[in-house]
Amino acid sequence: MAKQILTTKNVRLSYGDFEALHGIDLAFDENEITALIGPSGCGKSTYLRCINRMNDQIDGVKISGELKFNDTDIYAEQTDVVELRKQIGMVFQQPNPFPMSIYDNVVFGLRIAGVRDKSMLDEAAQAALKQAAIWDEVKNKLDQNALALSGGQQQRICIARALAVSPNIILLDEPTSALDPHSSRQIETTLLQLKEHYTIITVTHNLQQASRIADRTAFFLQGDLIEAGTTKQIFMNPEHQETSDFITGIFG
Amino acid sequence: MDKIRASILTPSRSSKLERRGKWLSLLCLGSICIVVIAIFGFITYRGLATFTTDHVSLSKFLTGTDWNPSVSKSGAPLVGALPMIAGSFLITILATALAIPFAIGTALMMTDVTPKTGTRILQPVLELLVGIPSVVYGFVGLTVVVPAMRNIFGGSGFGILSGTFVLFVMVLPTITSMTVDALTSVPKSFRYASLALGATRWQTIYKVVLRSATPGILTAIVFGMARAFGEALAVQMVVGNATLMPYSLVAPASTLTSVLTTGIGNTVMGTAQNDALWSLALILLIMSLTFNLAIHLIANRGSLKR
Repeated sequence: MAKQILTTKNVRLSYGDFEALHGIDLAFDENEITALIGPSGCGKSTYLRCINRMNDQIDGVKISGELKFNDTDIYAEQTDVVELRKQIGMVFQQPNPFPMSIYDNVVFGLRIAGVRDKSMLDEAAQAALKQAAIWDEVKNKLDQNALALSGGQQQRICIARALAVSPNIILLDEPTSALDPHSSRQIETTLLQLKEHYTIITVTHNLQQASRIADRTAFFLQGDLIEAGTTKQIFMNPEHQETSDFITGIFG
Repeated sequence: MDKIRASILTPSRSSKLERRGKWLSLLCLGSICIVVIAIFGFITYRGLATFTTDHVSLSKFLTGTDWNPSVSKSGAPLVGALPMIAGSFLITILATALAIPFAIGTALMMTDVTPKTGTRILQPVLELLVGIPSVVYGFVGLTVVVPAMRNIFGGSGFGILSGTFVLFVMVLPTITSMTVDALTSVPKSFRYASLALGATRWQTIYKVVLRSATPGILTAIVFGMARAFGEALAVQMVVGNATLMPYSLVAPASTLTSVLTTGIGNTVMGTAQNDALWSLALILLIMSLTFNLAIHLIANRGSLKR
């Protein structure tokens, strides 16, 4: 059995008086892709942002429960958020490269971590861009502004940027929802190659995408985790009526 | 059918109104353009009289250090404007340079460090600072800054340094509020991306927010400089109004604007003294055009980057 790299127990989150997550128990195996699915507003993105503590940015958020990354409590007082986020990278829904050159984008995380050695940066940038399957498209224009690229390319630059700091887990918040089908497929292919080295958790609105790439799938509904299991089981033989209704498109 | 045809082909009441509105706005725009062109034309015409009717050479005007328009020497009045030009630039640059760190620090406080309390306290303060008339700044400068300078550095207390401190307070709100706009226009997603990569808040501010906002911040600085360059009353009250080269920051000096405000009422239209003041006004006009041009250039370069 694969090692569980991330476990969460009874995760509750509330904005003021409104509870958005009602106790989520979920565990993630190393080197697997897990897809979080569910209708809009079901809390899947909120849950994702608990894992790298991005919800800390929002005022009035209260989080309880137990989130453990490699058996270390993510919300412990002595946990260094900055170090945690170097271990748990994130790619956002909208491609958000910085208004700098492609190269500067990719090595951003390393530079802020204090890496100055040019050859080390070059090597890391090349490796990350290759892993994100965009090296061939940009290798001759690394000094060009990343905003000049297409949306799909920008998103793969963002993936490369997250990979360059060599995290253990990569969180993706609907990484392809702002992209055209062709770019989406390219990102999916990239993710499938990446799971050899990384644990990937992705939120997606696209059920076909979940069935194509995910090893495991978790279904969220109104702040509850309804069902989680292997993707095959969730899609072919769901235990709950809500899951099967959602999968077959009756609501959502 | 004919009825429909007629109703389509004849202009309706509302479309007539629309056309009238368009003419009305064009008329307003046109008259403002005429006013601006008239001001430009008049100042240029009067300002050039020094060189055409009074036979002052341009180089003598720009580099001469003797300002005494009522005295003629070798057929032309003594109108060396360099002391005022130097005074204006010195005060503008010093006041802006002093204001920049305070403005950026205050703006960051309002956008990134403590957005809630920062904005609640600092926003009204900034608006208040903008609203205070410049004569009040000048008065405070005269009763507080000038004596302080006198006690610290000796002399009269009037001079470039006093003017710098007064102008610093006056340009601070301009630069700050425009810097705030520049910082808030940096997308939140950049900040999130940076934090998610393990950057601290300071690294995010320094490497992402300030960097992305640089064109906007530069525009803010140039705006502040334009304001400082054109400010007359408050500066005139504390600068000392001696048309001497500013060799010392604490000795009485003058700026283009201060000489204009003190002198324009004491001269007769069409005389050499009066023409010389118009020439100073022309320099002011050219400088404000330069500042405007700089702002446009910076803004354009910034938008290309996006």
